[in-house]
Amino acid sequence: MKRQWTVGGEQGGVSSLGARSSRLAVRSKFLALLGTTILVGVVALAAQEKPIALKGGKVLTVTHGAIENGVVVMQGGKITAVGAASSVNVPSGAQVIDVTGMTVYPGLIDSETNLGLTEISAEQSTNDLVEMSDEIMPHMHTADAFHAESALIPVARMNGITNAVVAPSSGDTLPGQDSFIQLSGASAVDMLMVRDLAMPLNFTGDERRNKGPFSQHKFPSTRMGLASQLRQALLDALDYKTKWADYDRKKSDAARDKKPEPPAPKRDLKAEALLPYLEGKKTIVLAANSPSDLETAVSLANEFKLKFVLNHISHSQPVLDYVATLKVPVIVGPIYEAPKEDERYDTVYSLPAQLYKRGVKVIFASYSSHNVRNLPDAAGYATVFGLPSDEALKAITISPAEVWGVADKLGSLDAGKMANVVVANGDPLDVKTDVKRVFIEGKEIPMTSRQTWLRDQYSK
Amino acid sequence: MQRALRTAVLLCLGAAAATAGFGQAPAPKGSEVVITNAIVMTATHGNIKNGSIYIKDGKIAAVGENVKAPASATVIDAGGKYVTPGIVDSHSHIALDDDVNEATSPITPQMMMKDAFDYQDKAIYRALAGGVTTSLLLHGSANMIGGQAIVIKHKYGLGRDELLFPNAPRSIKFASGENPKRVYGGREQLPSTRMGNFAVQREALVQAQDYMREWDTYNEKVKRGDKDAIAPKRDLKMEALADVLRGKLMVQIHCYRADEFLTEIAMAKEFGYKIRAFHHALEAYKVPEALAVENIGIATFADWWGYKQEAWDAIPWNAVMAMRKGVKVAIKSDSEDYTRRLNQEAAKTIRYGGATEEEALKMITLNAAWIVGVDDRVGSIDVGKDADLVIWDGYPLSSYGIPEKVMIDGEVYFDRSLPGLGTTHYREGQ
Repeated sequence: MKRQWTVGGEQGGVSSLGARSSRLAVRSKFLALLGTTILVGVVALAAQEKPIALKGGKVLTVTHGAIENGVVVMQGGKITAVGAASSVNVPSGAQVIDVTGMTVYPGLIDSETNLGLTEISAEQSTNDLVEMSDEIMPHMHTADAFHAESALIPVARMNGITNAVVAPSSGDTLPGQDSFIQLSGASAVDMLMVRDLAMPLNFTGDERRNKGPFSQHKFPSTRMGLASQLRQALLDALDYKTKWADYDRKKSDAARDKKPEPPAPKRDLKAEALLPYLEGKKTIVLAANSPSDLETAVSLANEFKLKFVLNHISHSQPVLDYVATLKVPVIVGPIYEAPKEDERYDTVYSLPAQLYKRGVKVIFASYSSHNVRNLPDAAGYATVFGLPSDEALKAITISPAEVWGVADKLGSLDAGKMANVVVANGDPLDVKTDVKRVFIEGKEIPMTSRQTWLRDQYSK
Repeated sequence: MQRALRTAVLLCLGAAAATAGFGQAPAPKGSEVVITNAIVMTATHGNIKNGSIYIKDGKIAAVGENVKAPASATVIDAGGKYVTPGIVDSHSHIALDDDVNEATSPITPQMMMKDAFDYQDKAIYRALAGGVTTSLLLHGSANMIGGQAIVIKHKYGLGRDELLFPNAPRSIKFASGENPKRVYGGREQLPSTRMGNFAVQREALVQAQDYMREWDTYNEKVKRGDKDAIAPKRDLKMEALADVLRGKLMVQIHCYRADEFLTEIAMAKEFGYKIRAFHHALEAYKVPEALAVENIGIATFADWWGYKQEAWDAIPWNAVMAMRKGVKVAIKSDSEDYTRRLNQEAAKTIRYGGATEEEALKMITLNAAWIVGVDDRVGSIDVGKDADLVIWDGYPLSSYGIPEKVMIDGEVYFDRSLPGLGTTHYREGQ
């Protein structure tokens, strides 16, 4: 992410003029505004009490096709039945909601957001996006900063986004660990479905923040520096592991021999954070853009046997066949990234389709906070350039659920899954479609946000 | 063949312009084109199914179900697809190579965008491929008064002056709010508050009044035959501001907050100039009547919000709520990225607030053209207007519409079916 503040393109960047006293005043005014419960992310609703049946809509199951005039039954927070109206028995006592003319689909999953880490981009006091003191910060946990009461969350979920990966913004090679959230819950703990879900590893060239005049160079200032710094950090973590294994062995030997315990090694949080990834237990989100960065990043990952998915690769069109041989999913985009100077206008727009044609699993991310609500628009737009429509829907539902290890709970309308269900007045991927109802764990979410509150205040 | 010859000639005449593939002349006068078999979205009088558009000398000569065009006219069969007016982006900063703010003084009305205009910028092409045919290139908002804008047509591949919209009215960019006070406040200079912002603006306008009086006095003396009268020194800054006060420049104001709209309106009345439009205008929904009564338009985002404190009260219903109270509303990009898909941004107003198809289309065509001051020339498919047209693959007001052909003044400048960039006048690698 470019951390620059522009006064040309307004929405372009983030201010960083440093702390000013006025910020405190802004913050307190801002907190006062957030005081009303209906406006914030946290929805402390009781568990789903009685069964709900959505009847008569076009049901997009994602895993087993579309059902015209279908029924979706939700009970105890789960989907209990999905099928044609003629074949599904609605339990007695169920609240039946007629959704004739509507489209019913699973809650959407955004595979990279900054939700809960920022409120007003230009106001630094509201940002907890990334630690810039060092490039290697694996011991940062987005879960520790996640702000459940963010006013951004209701805005996103009203458009049918029910789950998201919360990532630190890029800037560091290893900025910290992602979380996976449910966009509704009684508290941050309740909303955090998976803490330390994955770890971004960025190798895009943007991490070279020490670049500048020679007199101001600090290590690392080049890609070579970044790579060696990263390699050293990974080696240090492996060394740390050996040290502790050594200690454990000596300790048990000492116990056996009734000798005094050996001194324990000093704990190293950075190394500890890296170990699950070095052991292949968790997923690295490997970000690169150009072919050369991509190949360097992949060889680094392979050197340390890291399990990874790819991220961005927006300018790697020349090596997509190579990408296909890696047999890993790709988080695409942002597909709105500008093509390179001499490239055709649709070079990046068509990336998802190009990957799909090569058999690569693509998933979409908004890479946003305030604009998470527009996640399906990108998937829809990718279809214009050749991504099949059902694949585009999969890329924001079942495919991310699989990649993030939650496909048993999320990503499709199947009996047994969590009842995260969206009802809209049309095609989920069309920019003009309006979401009418959202259910998270079978509970209907109030279709209110700070924005609807303002709308209603000024519509009187 | 003819084009190749023409290029060769131009290469000899103007090597500098032509080396990068620029400098080809537009089509000769007398060219005739007819677009047939189209769903014509006129933006002013509904859709015409199975419609045709007859274009003569770059202008729309006829539009309707039954259009008489001579057999000699070149036929473009739209194949039942949608045709809209070319998109007008009423707030853009492309093609300026970041020379958007002369942020060394808060009052720089003498800065001329034309002097910085980089007509070879690929962003012009990428916007063209998204259906944009006209853009207002504005200064940034570091300064309270940033400078004078230009209006361009996206005839990518032609020379600089051929991209300038002929005889477009002049616009000047004002700003307010967070940006000027942050830029100058950050340097411990005036302005660092909104009070300071407006004081700086007011002071400049008072100086312009003095300057105009000096000249009036001088002109009066000359008129009386006073041969000893000494002309005051010309001051570019003051002349530009005097043109604001004389109503010769359309005032385009970057402004977010409802209270600031009201202050700007009061200041305009104090000094006797008109405000054409508020840009960004994310709180227009709070005071729409105040804008409507002054006939001030807004050029706004569809759904951007929260990127700064003064964008915290932005709501996606803003455009339609303001429109329903009589405000002329345009959806603009303010972005090299979004200018490529303004049709989708306009479609969002259908969802947020229930704009009709034609209302949504107007926000990126006719209303935007009004803000720029060229609505008598472009922005709708009506007889007499410039033939700036887009043939769409898919329905334009959706996620699925993309331009197949983009025409400016009756000539195709972008054609998606062509290999490479899809440009007709710009040649790659030349």
